[in-house]
Amino acid sequence: MADMTADVAQMRGSQEKLTTADGKPLKVALAAAQARSKRRAFYLVAPLLFFVLLTFVVPIGQMLHQSVYNPDFVYKTDVTTKETTPIMVNLRNWFDENPRGTEPEEAAYEALAKDLVVLREVKAAGIAGTRINYERSGSRSLFTKSARKAKKLEAPYKEALLDVDDEWADPTVWAAMRNASSAYTMNFYLAAIDKARAVDGSVEAVDEKRKLYVKLFMRTLMLSILITFLTFVLGYPIAHMLATLPLRYSNLLMILVLLPFWTSLLVRTTSWMVLLQSQGVVNDALVGTGLLADENRIQMMYNQIGTIIAMTHILLPFMVLPLYSVMRPINPSYVRAARSLGATSWTAFRRIYFPQTIPGIGAGALLVFILAVGYYITPALVGGADGQLISNLIAFHMTKSLNWSLAAALAGLLLAGILVLYWLYDLLIGIDNLKLG
Amino acid sequence: MALPTHASTLERVWHRAYQVICALIFLFLIAPILIVIPLSFNAEPYFTFTEGMLKLDPEAYSTRWYDLLLTFGMQAPEAPRDGNWWSDAWENAQWINAAKNSVIIGFFSTLVATALGTLAALGLSRPEMPFRRAIMAVLISPMIVPIIITATGLFFFYSKTGLANSYAGIILAHATLGIPFVIITVTATLVGFDHSLTRAAASLGASPSKTFFSITLPLILPGVISGALFAFVTSFDEVVVVLFIAAHDQQTIPRQMWNGIREQISPAILSVATLLVIISIALLTTVELLRRRSERLRGLSPG
Amino acid sequence: MKLKTALLATALGGVAFGAAAQEVTVMSWGGAYTKSQVEAYHKPFTAEFGIAVNSVDSDNPATPIKAQVEAGNVTVDVADVEFSDAVRLCDEGLLEEIDLSILPDAPDGTSAEDDFIEGALQDCAVANIVWSTVYAYNTANVDGTPTTIGDFFDTAKFPGKRGLRKSAKATLEMALMADGVPAGEVYDLLETDEGVDRAFAKLDSIKGDIVWWEAGAQPPQLLADGEVVMSTAYNGRIFNAAVAEGQPLEVVWDGQILDFDLFVIPKGAPNKEEALKFIAFSTDTQRLADQASWISYGPARKSSGALVGLFNDGKTEMAPHMPTAAANLENALVNNFEFWVDNDAELNERFNAWLSQ
Repeated sequence: MADMTADVAQMRGSQEKLTTADGKPLKVALAAAQARSKRRAFYLVAPLLFFVLLTFVVPIGQMLHQSVYNPDFVYKTDVTTKETTPIMVNLRNWFDENPRGTEPEEAAYEALAKDLVVLREVKAAGIAGTRINYERSGSRSLFTKSARKAKKLEAPYKEALLDVDDEWADPTVWAAMRNASSAYTMNFYLAAIDKARAVDGSVEAVDEKRKLYVKLFMRTLMLSILITFLTFVLGYPIAHMLATLPLRYSNLLMILVLLPFWTSLLVRTTSWMVLLQSQGVVNDALVGTGLLADENRIQMMYNQIGTIIAMTHILLPFMVLPLYSVMRPINPSYVRAARSLGATSWTAFRRIYFPQTIPGIGAGALLVFILAVGYYITPALVGGADGQLISNLIAFHMTKSLNWSLAAALAGLLLAGILVLYWLYDLLIGIDNLKLG
Repeated sequence: MALPTHASTLERVWHRAYQVICALIFLFLIAPILIVIPLSFNAEPYFTFTEGMLKLDPEAYSTRWYDLLLTFGMQAPEAPRDGNWWSDAWENAQWINAAKNSVIIGFFSTLVATALGTLAALGLSRPEMPFRRAIMAVLISPMIVPIIITATGLFFFYSKTGLANSYAGIILAHATLGIPFVIITVTATLVGFDHSLTRAAASLGASPSKTFFSITLPLILPGVISGALFAFVTSFDEVVVVLFIAAHDQQTIPRQMWNGIREQISPAILSVATLLVIISIALLTTVELLRRRSERLRGLSPG
Repeated sequence: MKLKTALLATALGGVAFGAAAQEVTVMSWGGAYTKSQVEAYHKPFTAEFGIAVNSVDSDNPATPIKAQVEAGNVTVDVADVEFSDAVRLCDEGLLEEIDLSILPDAPDGTSAEDDFIEGALQDCAVANIVWSTVYAYNTANVDGTPTTIGDFFDTAKFPGKRGLRKSAKATLEMALMADGVPAGEVYDLLETDEGVDRAFAKLDSIKGDIVWWEAGAQPPQLLADGEVVMSTAYNGRIFNAAVAEGQPLEVVWDGQILDFDLFVIPKGAPNKEEALKFIAFSTDTQRLADQASWISYGPARKSSGALVGLFNDGKTEMAPHMPTAAANLENALVNNFEFWVDNDAELNERFNAWLSQ
């Protein structure tokens, strides 16, 4: 092999260099032309790439920044003037001078008392207290209460503060304040996996009663797997039927798959609510036909069952379409050959047909799973309390509890999971093989 | 599909069962969408079939919920239905205003998504495109990333840039969400596009823009229109981003539905749903016709 | 092309209109309650000052207000919030302070400060109504007559689903009262961990039967549809569904929790002047009395009481439907705003963890 390459090189060397009409070496001219067409292709894509970077990638980057950055214990921003006032200055100085684990003495309490006065003046006690509350539940009231009385505090400060509330002696409060004294923190990611920092700075699990997120991630995962499986079970037979029927019939049946795909998500969710309510169509039909007693109406909505049924329906076309596009070109003569060689129809299916459809299953399953993991609307409307997914919790922290850093951290974890799956999809199936209809 | 004549009894039974199962699955797919249509004509404020409806008693059916869509939010819904009444409905009826907003937002976001997306698809389908796969992955990602994450990111970003509560903000966001669909459909049309046609045009002296408008565009137009329809539907159906970044008076149809569903699903919601189903049937038909035309044009299918 | 121009004109026209005309945006709780405010406050206000009032709804206006102010894009000028939220938002510097001297005196000359009932005037807030969280049932779906708060939690005696607001506030208090805690001791008990545990334990006993609601318009709907047989609700919503729409709904006053709703102005509201005008106008004696003819909430001014008469159907006497009627106050709890100012975040966090368990 090496010899041959050497030979070719020798041959080239012995020849005269090829040039274009204006005397440039052909190699250079070709390279230039290629670079030019590369640039031209890129210029076509550039406006959109820039647009998507600006309206999509940058905002998500900013959100991820929010998940590790929370300055609520460091400075207060006035909402109208946008001026920022540093807060907790004395206490942060004390933290800087004394390493973690130092017993807070009078100087620390004095710093705290002075800072509480500032909190009262700039009306930041609620916000600073909320920040500590994220680290240590039950701390917000400690701050608001103490700030209200801050002006009356006198030396010795330790005693005075403990008089207001003896929780000030709790080392976990001090550990939480130390954690919050730096605006950059990974603690929201810890909170997002039900962990917190202990007094000595090590990571520990939170109290059983407050565990929430890992369970919700697990539930999201399990429900998504279940829904993916259900769409596969339901999608495989009809994709097979569509793929084996003559085109003019299958095109008609295909409309039954495509119409849901084109119908508004809210319409489909509404329909399921109408069907599944305890006074809804399904229950009425069961009661009307005598299959069910009136008082035993099945609760199919406001719980996991509702979420599973509605999401399976909504995501089913995403399974059928990739399966169909893989099944359609499968040559039926392979199965016929297997049959003629004595295989039963089951064996022929299992050994010959099914293996050929695996790429379609992979594509459909990954797509359905990726979409299911991030679902929000349907669980929010039909999910009740136990049919909620992680997206609903992100929305809850965004719009209700307003713990934006935690929302961003949860979103960051979800995003990381999705991107891994997306990368996998691209690797195995290729993103340019994605087809719609 | 047809069973060979030598099939065993067991196989015949199984084949029949398989057909029944498939029929049931198709029913599962389509029934929930069709069920809202008769229910939207319910004369009573219930979401289930009343006895009168089952007996096909015309008394049990009415168009009162469709009427409510027009009158809800009007200043004088009881006035005689003359020109003034209709202009009142046009100005003040909440669903009509939501529809106006949805169409405006959908139109402009589709315009942006289709223009930029088609241009990019042309670049992406050239064999010499550098970093093709990576760039494609970035451009498709708005479709893959959960909408709640996109909405969260936009909420922070728009609050800082002053785009929050503006039509421009929603239009940009919806355009971003529609772009993957344009890219996918247009690149699919460009597969098998015969590049010698453009080279021929160029060799005959046509400028690049002339070539594009008289050669390339007519050939890829079906794909572009399908992509545009996908982008429009994406915007027309989008509620999460609107909930997060739009001002409270910027109602769109899905947002109005979302509020309605959460407070009370009166059959008025079902009449909106019915109208939307009819719109989707129309869109689906258009896209199917375009797809067939495109395949015929490119000689991929006999028609 | 013509279509395009027309669309563009509509879009731009909408924007231009928003900027030029005098207007004030009021955020409230939706449904029958917003309607009562539109009729009693918004329409007369527009007629008097020529300032348009945009009405927007929320499940609880306090949360979007906080989000808007913190994100720095405030679109709402006036919001209608609960007592503890008004105080909390004010503490956090998220509200404009309101100069109480703008409030008109009562017709008999009593100063506004004396005319409003105690606690109704705060640094950043002016109360308009007294309302209460009660529970109600659908008489068509319940055998027998529930009379006590305990009956709400007794699914053996009264089988069926229960509707509850998806929030810790009011839910925990009701659970404790149903568990036999006298109204006077509820908040002392809730200050302790044992008290909170006890409330959740009581809720655990019916957890499987609860349908959670968020918007105030939901409970009457859930009750009327038969999705639940009993539900907690804002008392005025049940009144309207029962009296105005003729639904077979009955209120149980035992264990009701009284609260104020107050008008506040978010920091950075775009139309602050108009907002102040609106608040002064809407909380005068006549306007507050007018509202009571649309929904059964008590006016926050003493002088309005005498003017409250019939519901707008012209025949229903309002007085017995008011949460403050003597007969309804036998076992009533007044919402302790200080408790919720301090503990709202923590208890809701605990509540959400409990919900998902």
